[in-house]
Amino acid sequence: MSLQIENLRVYYRTLAGDVQALDGATFDIADGEIMGLAGESGCGKSTLGNGIISLSGRMKYVEGSVTLDSTELPIWDFGEMNRHRFKDLSIIPQYAMSALNPTRKIGKMVGQLLDSRGVRHKEYIPELKRRFELVGLSEDVLGMYPLELSGGMKQRAVMVISTLLNPSLLIADEITSALDVSTQKAVAEMLIEFRERGFVKSMIVITHDISILYQVADTILVMYAGKLAEKASAETIINSPRHPYTRLLISSLPEVGVTYAGKRLTGIAGTPPALLNPPEGCRFRDRCPFAYEKCLEEPPFIEVDPGHYTACWKEI
Amino acid sequence: MSGYGSDGQGTGEGGLLKIDRVSKVYSTGTFGGKLLTAVRDVSFEVKPGEVMSVIGESGSGKSTIGRMILRLSPITKGVISFNGTDISTLKRRALKRYRREVQGVFQDPFSSYNPIFKADRVFAMIKNEFFPGMSGPEWRNKIGLVLEAVTLDPTQVLHKYPHQLSGGQLQRLLIARALLLDIQFLVADEIISMLDASTRIDVLNLLADLKGRGLGIMFITHDLSLGNYISEKTVILRRGMIVEMGATEKVFGSPTHPYTKMLLASVPQIHRKWEEVAEELKVPDAVLIDREAAAKGAYETVSEILAPDADDSVLVETEPDHLVRFSPEEAREMEPSAVAGKSA
Repeated sequence: MSLQIENLRVYYRTLAGDVQALDGATFDIADGEIMGLAGESGCGKSTLGNGIISLSGRMKYVEGSVTLDSTELPIWDFGEMNRHRFKDLSIIPQYAMSALNPTRKIGKMVGQLLDSRGVRHKEYIPELKRRFELVGLSEDVLGMYPLELSGGMKQRAVMVISTLLNPSLLIADEITSALDVSTQKAVAEMLIEFRERGFVKSMIVITHDISILYQVADTILVMYAGKLAEKASAETIINSPRHPYTRLLISSLPEVGVTYAGKRLTGIAGTPPALLNPPEGCRFRDRCPFAYEKCLEEPPFIEVDPGHYTACWKEI
Repeated sequence: MSGYGSDGQGTGEGGLLKIDRVSKVYSTGTFGGKLLTAVRDVSFEVKPGEVMSVIGESGSGKSTIGRMILRLSPITKGVISFNGTDISTLKRRALKRYRREVQGVFQDPFSSYNPIFKADRVFAMIKNEFFPGMSGPEWRNKIGLVLEAVTLDPTQVLHKYPHQLSGGQLQRLLIARALLLDIQFLVADEIISMLDASTRIDVLNLLADLKGRGLGIMFITHDLSLGNYISEKTVILRRGMIVEMGATEKVFGSPTHPYTKMLLASVPQIHRKWEEVAEELKVPDAVLIDREAAAKGAYETVSEILAPDADDSVLVETEPDHLVRFSPEEAREMEPSAVAGKSA
């Protein structure tokens, strides 16, 4: 599998104008790579993840290309994308486990989902049961209503269903957020296992929880205010980040063993800029301790070390 | 209980907030035939200026305890006392005074506000209820002071609708609201989990500052690193029972109960991989699901792989300020005098 994203821009239409939520993303994902997509509320990570697969409603495609396995995806055409959705690429949307139809038993819902994709659902039932067992779900789950399952069980069921047709790319949007810490670990490790077993080739794991990404992701892409800030191996992002935002973010995370009395952590003062009429130049400059005149000009997102990309004049 | 005054005033004995052998039992089932014990025989104490982390997963009873403290839910057995007074005896004026002194902030800042009103309506509601006679300028000054205490810029948050503010700002507004009263004890139920990483630490530091001013805080969370950062004491709950408790550095420094170790081993740390931590704690690292049993629908949550503690298990003091739950047989093998009989 290979994914190339080139200068992707997706804005949101509002009465007051276009919110420039995703403003020029360019990066690649290699075969078998689990890329974490991290950043805070409003940074554009969900817009990126959802824009690649289900750009619709108030989302407005402005420009850019998404190429999966050498085929350009017609992301601006919601109907055309139906041929690719679920088969070539698949998404576990945020709050998926709360979106299960409460009036459908799980098995019925899966059957209807497969039929809608032109797939003969009966052929897939044995494989579905096999995969359910793999994630610790009894096949009895097929005969249950969502109400009868715990949060963790629903999440595991959704993970299996979303990857049933072995898509090349899986986009997982905040799949660990609402779960207990022990279930979070199981779900995160499941992602690796899915890749190991060939259910999925590559993944984009969207989350604000960088410590989960450190555990399971190969690379991490950090976004800020609609722009890409830094991309590198997970090890590098955590231990030797170069973008000021990444560095401040990593140092503001409490860890077991760090106490207020021992070492008071600080957050990042200020708030991200509104993206309705975003400021000129680097969008982090108002909060950046290293900002200088050059930052009024937007820094390019370029490779500063092998495999390590960042958008900061101080680092280029 | 000692410490009653004739008007329900506490005499200050018994610490700030004391939970003494508290249980909560619900009737479930179609006709109320079955019983569900959400909280079983829990005892602990929080002193002024102390933060107690109550850590547990879903179904542990942590939120139920918070609600009982806030008198949002009645207690089935046991006593909760505030400044020496049993809170279940409080009525009318004494109860209203209790509400000035003990407040709660909950997980989802967005659902705590009515979206069709401006966010500062929560302040107006407090004024109507508790300060009806206060003059306008005096009230505005009071608001200014609490906003300063939570480091919010009045020009950025006043007269705005909830959807115009971020989760962090909304949460801090709720803490400011609690500060308008004479709050001595705060129940903070998962208040950080829906916030961004860079605002979490601001809210945590705020709580730490408030405790420095004498506020007692019950910090309910499932995230051990947050609990570790600000709390002096930690209670680990599982299925309604305390499995380990004591000084935070002892509970995290030498975790003894298998459930505590499993929790610690599951927390994703930013500089250590799961395998490393599990190795150090001697917890098996493999995906914690017994596949065969799970396939038969035996486990709902991953942590159920550990056998639950029996009803007759007891808390034993393994070192000063560190209690761990053991079976009666294991407890007998330890120092008999160490068994904290009254907390069993």
